[in-house]
Amino acid sequence: MSEPFLQIIDVSKRFDNVVALDKVNLKIAKSEIFSLLGSSGCGKSTLLRIIAGFERPDEGRILLEGKDITKLPPYVRPLNIMFQNYALFPHLNVTNNIQFGLKEEKISKEEINHRVNEILNLLELNGLEKRKINEISGGQQQRVALARCLVKKPKLLLLDEPLAALDKQLRVQTQFELVNLQYKLGITFIIVTHDQEEAMSLSDRMAIMKNGEILQVGNPVEIYEKPKDKYIANFIGTANIFNVLNKNNQIIIKELNYEVKNINNKENYVKCLIRPEKISVKKLENQSDNLNIGVVKEVAYLGSYTKYLIEVNGFEFYSFIQNSLVSDNLQIRRDDKVQISFNETSIYFFND
Amino acid sequence: MIKNLKKQNVWFVFTPYLWLVLFFFVPLALIFKISISVSEWGMPPYRDLFSLSENGLEINSTLGNYLFIFSDPFYIRSYLNSLSLAFTSTLLCLLIGYPIAFYVAKSKTSIRNILLIMLIIPFWSSFLLRVYAWKVLLQGSGIINSILIHIGLISEPISMLHNHYAVILGVVYTYLPFMILPLYGYLVKFDLNLIDASNDLGAKPFNTFVKVILPLSLPGIVAGSMLVFIPVVGEYIIPEMLGGSDKLYFGKIIWDEFFVNRDWPIASALAMSGIVILVFPIIIFQLMYAKYNFRNE
Amino acid sequence: MNKLFFKILTLTIGFSFLYFPILTLIAYSFNDNKRVMVWKGFSFRWYKELFHNEQILEAFYTSLKIASLSATFATVMGVMIGFSLTRISKIPARPFFIFLSSSPLVMPEIILGLSLLLFFISSNHIIGFPSSKGQLTVLISHITFSVAFVAVIIQSRLSSYDKNIEEAAQDLGTIPNMIFWKVTAPVILPAILSGWLLAFTLSLDDLVVASFTTGPGANTLPIVVFSKVRLGLSPEVNALSAIIMLIVILAAISIYLINRSNIKK
Repeated sequence: MSEPFLQIIDVSKRFDNVVALDKVNLKIAKSEIFSLLGSSGCGKSTLLRIIAGFERPDEGRILLEGKDITKLPPYVRPLNIMFQNYALFPHLNVTNNIQFGLKEEKISKEEINHRVNEILNLLELNGLEKRKINEISGGQQQRVALARCLVKKPKLLLLDEPLAALDKQLRVQTQFELVNLQYKLGITFIIVTHDQEEAMSLSDRMAIMKNGEILQVGNPVEIYEKPKDKYIANFIGTANIFNVLNKNNQIIIKELNYEVKNINNKENYVKCLIRPEKISVKKLENQSDNLNIGVVKEVAYLGSYTKYLIEVNGFEFYSFIQNSLVSDNLQIRRDDKVQISFNETSIYFFND
Repeated sequence: MIKNLKKQNVWFVFTPYLWLVLFFFVPLALIFKISISVSEWGMPPYRDLFSLSENGLEINSTLGNYLFIFSDPFYIRSYLNSLSLAFTSTLLCLLIGYPIAFYVAKSKTSIRNILLIMLIIPFWSSFLLRVYAWKVLLQGSGIINSILIHIGLISEPISMLHNHYAVILGVVYTYLPFMILPLYGYLVKFDLNLIDASNDLGAKPFNTFVKVILPLSLPGIVAGSMLVFIPVVGEYIIPEMLGGSDKLYFGKIIWDEFFVNRDWPIASALAMSGIVILVFPIIIFQLMYAKYNFRNE
Repeated sequence: MNKLFFKILTLTIGFSFLYFPILTLIAYSFNDNKRVMVWKGFSFRWYKELFHNEQILEAFYTSLKIASLSATFATVMGVMIGFSLTRISKIPARPFFIFLSSSPLVMPEIILGLSLLLFFISSNHIIGFPSSKGQLTVLISHITFSVAFVAVIIQSRLSSYDKNIEEAAQDLGTIPNMIFWKVTAPVILPAILSGWLLAFTLSLDDLVVASFTTGPGANTLPIVVFSKVRLGLSPEVNALSAIIMLIVILAAISIYLINRSNIKK
């Protein structure tokens, strides 16, 4: 990353002695889609509100293109925010909502009309110009909220749970539209979300937050494959986490009683992660005394893949098998004994 | 619902309307009748509208009472005084009440509930006694004069009672809760994100207030203003207790015409013109406003 | 910080303005001097005199009686109006009924009082009813102007009321005639109570309409108080104000506490 577009330096914020943000540092590049992901109360919304200028940090600075904007009021910051509930003005119609921000700038009437028409076309809002906000659908409201921000040509667009208010079908469609739009306009997006799938599919990079701190920053693949700790591993996707024993230079996965042989780095790791899709199971035709034998406790057929809950020595974990890969998996039933296998390169070790 | 109602139940539902017709509209019709009657000595102190004499049916109707009122600047001035009192005090209540309602509505829930109770207490407590409180305060030997003398602003007690400023003060004080409560009702429902959104889109605080907060609290402003304006137009108690002879008001004139001069036709004509001049525009406005709201639902 | 300062300043000045006169009055009610404004010493003298003032006590009783009766009648009729306007969807000439029920809201009390008095006199003349002016005529007048206020409160509650719960009750086996008592009434009960309370205060507070329509033996508290303070000050009225304030404050605090415990539940 060359010159960081947005820099967040040591930002802290407390509300009535409750720490909302604790020395947060972040660098966000120009034209990337960056997500702040975390469960509610993790501080992601506070960070967004600080970037937008609605809250002042107790400590720390915000730099946009190298300029300190920490003390600038929201109405002079060259960035815009799309609110979770959209915060559209109920007393204005679609056009007046969209041109609200432009009227605050010193722009000619023709220019305003031109830019409003441009954005109406871009977001396919033609025909709704004169409608009141409560006369259009939720999806249309979302696009009006987006248009209201984009028409100002912000350097940075903040999106607070942009898809949360939409129903599921519309959400998937809008996800793609949002990415396309960003690609077309090249505006930097910062998205706040609690939905890990949404964050994974939208972002170039993301930050996982908890208790006012940033736990890990990385692209979706890094975060999924190499989570820093147990919390992140569980937060993103389904995680099978095992304890690791380190005895006489032997690395053993405790619950499976499995020795990992091909391992270079013999640091004192205490835990390891194997994602469910990397564990395969196979029905045992005849009884054998193989070590890696488990019992199927639950089966859930989900169309493209099947979820199995496997028990080994009283420990339960998941295995997801693509249905297109192995057709005889369909025969695995509850209470069947199965043989478990995984590739050693799929094991990811970490310290708690 | 109407399906479930039997015929007699429908009538039952309409009893309150019958009550209002009988005790509200019939009496209004009656003062209209008396207002066009000829005044005379006796009981009742006016001549019957219709009477039978040797010439047959005689109609003793006159517009004289109205002509009398509108040819006398004394009455016209009292109407204007009442209108200007209502207008001034509504404006003052709005200017004082709006920031209070705004900040109470924007307070944290725990503090807000306590402040709300503190707003309701004066609203509930006796109107008459709150006017009386100002009579006590504004006395020559009252506490305000004492304070002013004590800090050396004045050397002798000044007469603060019995003038129209005291009336305005009393009206603003007693009617302030009527303005604040409806305003609060609208402002508390106000989505604070809209203020943030407006700021974010580049509107400075003043523009945000004018373009977003004000239009969205307009229903509260209208409701509060009506609650102040209408009763103040006919206000009798406050001018009587705090006012003086510098300005006379419509309410007191009616009272005096009726109780002191015992001129029922003139009192009725005053009341009827009062309704026409002051109340009809308000009703029309309210109906229009209701229609506007209905369309926006 | 600047904003917070401005907020606290506004609220402090605003609430001082609302409370300063009332508190001064209460303070002076303990003044042991016939001349209200000259402080002589702390005493309960005026409270004692107040409780021995037959005229005030009787007026207080009359006011309570009229206020509670008027509030009850006005609430029953207000509920009926509220229902007829919100629930009978095909009510013919709806605007006309809205006009009927809301007109008293915009009528100055002086005109209301005058018209009712003239009405009672004529009616006595023509049909001999009411036989004389008194508590009954004041009661009728108070019901008349309270109905509209109660109707507004009930109407706004009913318009945000979810009719599905009535269908749910029917689905669960409640017979149609009992739905009102088992479902609707309990749900709108808070609105009914606040309507009653408003009508009660309106009646208790009214001076102008009562002055017009009252007769022998029907002096309400405001009429008696007004006659005492119209021309001067009265230490007994100071004591009365303090007692009324105490009642109102206690009522407000108990309502606050009830609300809070309801929310917590």
